[in-house]
Order: sequence, then structure tokens, then C-alpha cells
Amino acid sequence: MPIIRVEHLSKKFGTVTAIDDVSIEVEEGTIFGFLGPNGAGKSTTINILCTLLSPTSGRAMIAGYDCIKDSSMVRKAIGIVFQDPTLDKELTAYENMMLHAYLYNVKRSEIKSRINDALKFVDLYERRKDVVKKFSGGMKRRLEVARGLIHRPRILFLDEPTLGLDPQSRANLWDFITDLPKKHNVTVFMTTHYMDEAEVCDRISIIDSGSIIATGTPDELKKTVGGDVIYIKTADNKKAKSEIEKIFDVDVSEKNDELFLTTLKGDSCIPEIIKAIGEQVLSVRLQRPTLNDVFIKMTGKQIRDEEISSTDTFKDEMRAYRRRFDRG
Amino acid sequence: MIEANAVYVLVLRELIKFFRAKSRLVTTLARPVIWLFLIGGGMSRLVSPGMGVDYMQFIFPGILGMTILFSSIFSAISIIWDKEFGLMKGILVAPVSRFSIVIGKALSGTIVSTIQAFIILLLFPFLGIKLSLLSILYVIFICLLLSFAISTLGIVIATFYESFESFSVIMNFIVMPMFFLSGAMYPVNKLPAILKVISQINPLTYGVDALKHAMLKGSDLIDFSVATDIAVLIACSVAFTIIAGVIFERKK
Ligand SMILES: Nc1ncnc2c1ncn2[C@@H]1O[C@H](COP(=O)(O)OP(=O)(O)O)[C@@H](O)[C@H]1O
Ligand SMILES: [Mg+2]
Repeated sequence: MPIIRVEHLSKKFGTVTAIDDVSIEVEEGTIFGFLGPNGAGKSTTINILCTLLSPTSGRAMIAGYDCIKDSSMVRKAIGIVFQDPTLDKELTAYENMMLHAYLYNVKRSEIKSRINDALKFVDLYERRKDVVKKFSGGMKRRLEVARGLIHRPRILFLDEPTLGLDPQSRANLWDFITDLPKKHNVTVFMTTHYMDEAEVCDRISIIDSGSIIATGTPDELKKTVGGDVIYIKTADNKKAKSEIEKIFDVDVSEKNDELFLTTLKGDSCIPEIIKAIGEQVLSVRLQRPTLNDVFIKMTGKQIRDEEISSTDTFKDEMRAYRRRFDRG
Repeated sequence: MIEANAVYVLVLRELIKFFRAKSRLVTTLARPVIWLFLIGGGMSRLVSPGMGVDYMQFIFPGILGMTILFSSIFSAISIIWDKEFGLMKGILVAPVSRFSIVIGKALSGTIVSTIQAFIILLLFPFLGIKLSLLSILYVIFICLLLSFAISTLGIVIATFYESFESFSVIMNFIVMPMFFLSGAMYPVNKLPAILKVISQINPLTYGVDALKHAMLKGSDLIDFSVATDIAVLIACSVAFTIIAGVIFERKK
């Protein structure tokens, strides 16, 4: 039985339809990726699943519990890292973790060791006594992941976990996330608008303007846009071209002094080509279709990064504003 | 259902932040002290003779009420900031009842406000007020009760607002009128009928009145009995807690 089951879920905000007839199934112990551009309805879906919003129609079940009727059972089963940070910046890393441990009714005798373990897992143990204000974006995200795991949830939701991080912190965070199902026995449901990040997912649904337009494993989805492309440079392109066409029965074309051919199994095809015409080959490279290509094919448009920005800066300004009032 | 762990940690969080921001403590205590000595000191020459008590003594219960009013409302409407900064979302997805969150928030405001009121209370010897140990305990009890009532009222107010642009609206149209129509600065029984009615539905009036019982013993400036004051404060606390809990429970 899938641990997350979403059936025909729709949500309207007044006249705006945020999501429209969304259905999803996620198997236990897998990483599920929910991909789509800004405003596609990813966060709305997560908010319904974690019981903060009620849907206009449809049903969502988590770990066998109905998100509307059994919301408190659902809440016990899940951990969440929201799109916008929800840490208390005036508190230390340890205190933030403690706040959650108590809210989730973790046994008092276990709180300390669990927090320390979680902080070690995300490499923040040394900084546990620092107030979160002093943390970088990547550290805050990692702390939120650790906090989301403190009560040992069965499912962890991650809404745009890498938003606003530099490439190194992103890679770092991905290492943590891909380890989660094995190390923490948790099913991961994550959203992102960075198509390349979704490669690590076991299954993916692509959502655009509130509707799911494709679902499958990353490989299945990429196959829908045609196969891999192999580029070959040889000493004598003309001769190599005719030989490859003869042996493998494919069309080979030439562009910029390179031969290229399309195939469904690029990685196993390369050794065979080398075996056949090995001594003539100067270089070989393989280009695989990306999830971005899938999205473009499905929607006819590109996901644009610049549309998306965190609301953090705005909120920092507001914090300063609040501090002034505090004094007043 | 109320989860003790959740209430405990919400109060703990507020106390940690309260004691960490010491400069905030100094500035919040400055307001009542300034009112007491600048306004009270200035006005006392004007109004004192007809009242039967020294004006500074008369407003002292009101100044304690003011300390509690501002501190409790401020603590409660920090919920609006918690919402704005997403912190509230993190708390709302936890498996705790909405009443626990309301009670936790209200107790935070109650403790922080009572600490501040207690510090102001220590000024009483300088104003020529005599208080027995028993009276001091009574005053602390009233401060706790009043703080809880005002905190829960603040939480009800906060549930109606999503962003802090509303801060000045709350200050100017709720907090300031509540303060002036509470008998803190002048007796309410001499006000025009309409204002008198408003003062009678103002919970702060009963808190200030209860404090006057301890500090202005036997004066005819006291409007209600202690029993009435305490009953009204308890009733308000219960009513506001329920209203806030119910509103919190409602999903969008
Ligand atoms: N509280 C709300 N009120 C009105 N419209 C909303 C609200 N939340 C989201 N929306 C709208 O719903 C759509 C989906 O938003 P969202 O789920 O945040 O997208 P994503 O997370 O994929 O970027 C957007 O058009 C957004 O404007
Ligand atoms: Mg989003």
C-alpha cells in the first residue's frame, strides 16, 4: 500500500485554482520528487498533505490516515521543511531542536541524545550553542532537516530545500537527502524547480499550472523525449560514418567535425562502437536528455530560475522594523 | 486536550527570549516609570486636592495595569510576527491541540508581564504606599489573573491579522482606549454615560479596580467589589481562551 495517496485533489483560492485534480502515489522508503515552475501548486499540495490547508475537493491519505479527518495522526507521522524558513532566529540551534522535540512529545529522557545525534548528522553539533541568526542559508536548511527528523517521522516533506543556496551547499544538502531513506527509514516527498536536482528521485511527477503533466522514474520520463546522443570524433569521419551505419544499422550525422547518433542505450552502445572502430576514435562523449528537456517537451516552455526568489530579504527588513517597535 | 509538554516549551521559549533581550526589558520598563513620574508628578499639582488621595498614589495601580496591558498585548500579538515569519506554521503542523498553543502563548505573556509589573511594584515605598506581605501576594495574584485575561484577549485580536501593518491600528484603536477607559488615570465613574459603558466592558478596568483595593484602601474611588473584579477577569480569560482556540482550529 502506498504511504502517500492523493486522489483527485483540487484547491481553489477564490477564483484562483491552485491545484486541479492532482493524483499521486508514493511508495514507502522512496524519494518522490514533485517538479514544477513557480506557482505550479507544489506548496499548496504540501500544505494540504501536512494538514495546514483543507482541499476544495478530493482526498489525501498519509500512512493510512485521512489528512482532513485524522489530522493529528497525520501530524505525528510527518516531518516538514517548509519553503520559507520557520526557525526561531533568536534561539540557538539546540533550542530550536528542543522546541520541536517537546512539541512532538519526544520522551524527556531521550530528547538530549536525539538532538545531539540529529545535529551530528547534519554537521551542526559544534555550532549547537550559536543563535540561528548567525547561520548561513545552508546551515539553516540543514538544521531544519534535522529538526524535521527529531520525532522519527515516517515521511519527510521538503519544499524547495535548496532554494537560495550556493552550489556547494546544494550538493552538500543533496548528500544528506539521498541518505535519508536508508539511514532514517523515512520516505521523502520533495519539491523543486531545479530540474537537474530531481535526478536522485525514485519517482517524479511534473506539475504545471496546477495539473500533473507527467509521472514516472527519471529514466522513463527522459525516454519520452528520445534517447541518448553519442558524439564521436575520429581521424576520418567519412569512413567511420559508413562503418558505424553498416554495423549498427543507425543513421549517423555530422556536425562541427563530430559524428553523432541517437540511441536508447547510450552507455552500452559506446563500448560496442569502440570495439568495432576503436583505432580511429579520437574522443567520445555521451549526452543524455535532461528532465528539463522533458519539461520543455511537455509544456513547450522553459522553467525560468529568475522567477523564483526567496522572501527572505523582505522578511529581514521587516525584522529590523519589528525590532524598532520592540524598543518603542 | 492540553499537552503539558507543548505548553511548557512555548513558555520556555518566550522566557529564553525575554531574558536574552535585556535592552528590551529596560525600554519596556521605561514607559510606566515615565508615565508615573512625568505625568503623575505633573498632574498631581492640578488634581490632588479634590480627590482625597495623592494623585501619584491614585495612578499607581493604573501604571501597573499599563505595564501589564502593553506587555501582554505585545507578547500576544507576536503571534502575528510568528505567522509572518513562518514560525507559527512550524508549530501548527505539530501534533498539539490548538488550545495548547493558545494556553502556552497566554501563559508566556502572563509570566513575562507579571515579572515586569512586579519590578514596577517595587516602587511603592517611594510613593508613600504601605503594603503588607499579604497585600503584595494579593497584588501578584491579581497581576497574574489580569495578565492572563489581557494575553488571551491579545491572542484573539492577533488571530484576525495576518501581517504587522496592523500593529499601529491595534495600538491606537484598541490598546490606548483600553488604557484611558480603565480608571488608570482618572476615575471612570465621573465619565459621560457612553464612555462609562465602554469602561465597564473593558477587562482592564476590573484589573485596575482590584489593584486599587490593595493600594487605596477604603477610598471611594473604588467601583466594584473584589469578588466582582476577580469573577470578571476569570470569565474573560475563559471566554477569550475558547474563542482563540476555536478560531485557531479553523482551517483555510
Ligand atoms: N493563500 C493563497 N491565497 C491565494 N492564492 C494562493 C495562495 N497560496 C497560493 N496561491 C496561488 O496558488 C498558486 C500555486 O501556488 P504555490 O502552491 O505556492 O506554487 P509553488 O509552490 O509550486 O510555487 C499560485 O498561483 C498562487 O498564487
Ligand atoms: Mg512553493
